Amino acid sequence: MSKGRFGIFGGQYIPETLMNEVIQLEELYEKYKKDEKFNAELDFLLKKYAGRPSLLYFAKNMTEDLGGARIYLKREDLNHTGSHKINNVLGQVLLAKYMGKTRIIAETGAGQHGVATATAAALLGLECEIFMGKEDTERQALNVYRMELLGAKVHAVTSGTMTLKDAVNEAMREWATRTEDTLYVLGSVMGPHPFPMIVRDFQSIISKEARAQILELESKLPKAVIACVGGGSNAIGAFYNFINDKEVRLIGAEAAGKGVDTELHAASMTKGTLGIFHGMKSYFCQDECGQIAPVYSISAGLDYPGVGPEHAFLKDSKRAEYVPVTDDEAVDAFEYLSRKEGIIPAIESAHAVAHTIKIAKEFDKNDNIIICLSGRGDKDVAAIARYRGRKIFE
Amino acid sequence: MMENRIKNAFEGQKAFIPFISAGDPDLESTEEFVLALEEAGADLIELGIPFSDPIADGTVIQRANLRALANGVTIEKIFETVKHVRTKTQIPLVFLTYLNPVFKYGYENFFEKCAQTGIDGVIIPDIPFEEQAEILEYSEKNGVHVISFLAPTSNDRIEKIAKNAKGFIYVASSMGVTGVRSEITTNLAEIIGRAKKVTKTPCAVGFGINTPEQVKEIEKFADGAIVGSAIVKIIEEYGKEATEHIAKYVKSMKNRG
Repeated sequence: MSKGRFGIFGGQYIPETLMNEVIQLEELYEKYKKDEKFNAELDFLLKKYAGRPSLLYFAKNMTEDLGGARIYLKREDLNHTGSHKINNVLGQVLLAKYMGKTRIIAETGAGQHGVATATAAALLGLECEIFMGKEDTERQALNVYRMELLGAKVHAVTSGTMTLKDAVNEAMREWATRTEDTLYVLGSVMGPHPFPMIVRDFQSIISKEARAQILELESKLPKAVIACVGGGSNAIGAFYNFINDKEVRLIGAEAAGKGVDTELHAASMTKGTLGIFHGMKSYFCQDECGQIAPVYSISAGLDYPGVGPEHAFLKDSKRAEYVPVTDDEAVDAFEYLSRKEGIIPAIESAHAVAHTIKIAKEFDKNDNIIICLSGRGDKDVAAIARYRGRKIFE
Repeated sequence: MMENRIKNAFEGQKAFIPFISAGDPDLESTEEFVLALEEAGADLIELGIPFSDPIADGTVIQRANLRALANGVTIEKIFETVKHVRTKTQIPLVFLTYLNPVFKYGYENFFEKCAQTGIDGVIIPDIPFEEQAEILEYSEKNGVHVISFLAPTSNDRIEKIAKNAKGFIYVASSMGVTGVRSEITTNLAEIIGRAKKVTKTPCAVGFGINTPEQVKEIEKFADGAIVGSAIVKIIEEYGKEATEHIAKYVKSMKNRG
């Protein structure tokens, strides 16, 4: 079996044209991850540019209201560009620069990864092109302008379902066309090896900080860590340094859209089956003939038919659990956190908040749990208003 | 086990290899197209099994995949068509598809069915050399060749891939995905030259070929030329009425003008 496996999951299912590229990427990543200068530069960027470490905030009002575990929010929404995506792109774009690449390409769903990538490219002086499903460019029009403002070129992808899956297809096609000066900066823990490993490593800073912070604040580990899962980058980042702490429950909240018993969801863990797509063996929403299903979620960032291979492995090995959260539940949680804590979460992160609301009471008052608040919700405000029947347009 | 027919395509000649997407516009037409392509001079035919997300294909073939899927085409129905076609012709036939539909069908069932219906090889762009082991067990048992790719970026991988290649080697003419190109600038002769030092497996060039001049040029160093998008485009334009148009085009390509 090839490299980059998590149990049976993962692998490198990509065209020959890209094989030497991913092999070289892995070699150079292994080299630079031990390189003092690279690490010093990345550390500087994370601290002085992105604003790390992010806060671990005690949500007192929410805790009192729900009457269960003490709830902490890992505030990735406070990072520069407003989400956890910056952790990975600073790493990958810096890596691209060390590799001698002058151009980066990326896919984006909600636009968070696209904005983060365009930001890092602007800062580090690389050319940047972003692929975004046409439907998403309409849902997240402001983020398109934001990326352009940052100097990136945004391609609206009109093939297939015109969402995140198709943006990945198009970015892969573009990378296969031009590898010499270009690195594909993948936004999640998905795709062919070494991407799931690289993205996980760069995102694992979330749990590295959170683990130290909670031990300092509570002198004990949390009972659970809860994060939303699309491809799964903030979730793997939030889980990673707790994986060996067997007593910590790891819970991923995936997008159930209109409900897992309808066809309008993106719940690849709850409803998906084993498959091979976008370079990896993992769970995918697909039909019985292996055609990738059109998926749906109110959250453009979770609107993806697959999930990263390490999550598939954590599910199968029962180390992590994955639960579906509907649009309605996520929107309720979006409003709940805004009113209770004065924090407007990204609609993606609101899925994790929604599940926490459901389970907080199951814990003792002396227990603590951590929600990874992966992003801020400013980008979603107009869409949620429309969801509630208010005709607000950006 | 039936003897594999792929070698017949390259025997004493340069092979002309057209691609069509099975079920575009419908499977009855696919059968008619196969017979017309053979009549027009095709030496081996690639039949596409449609996939929702063909990441190695350009827009022309993507659209053909989606048309076929919209018509309800499945692997099962394509096997039925192949079985029927095989009562009329012995032309070498290979499938071109992506790994997921094959994985879902079941590797063992799929390759058994290939052998039973008369499919000689399978081209799967998203299974590189390193991942082939998971299907080779089943393909080899059934005498079906898994066609390997060489790309302009293969470099140090050329020898390893060529040495293990069966049937023929699909040499991608240039970077990117399938689709018509006016110019092919890759150093194909060098790639094929290196492959030929370690293997007798013939090398056919595809990606972007659409004129007789390109075929002539390629045949100076390659054993065959693969043409897909240019033919699929004609089918897109004429639908069920495309038979004579693709036949005419293939004749002109086969006769190099």
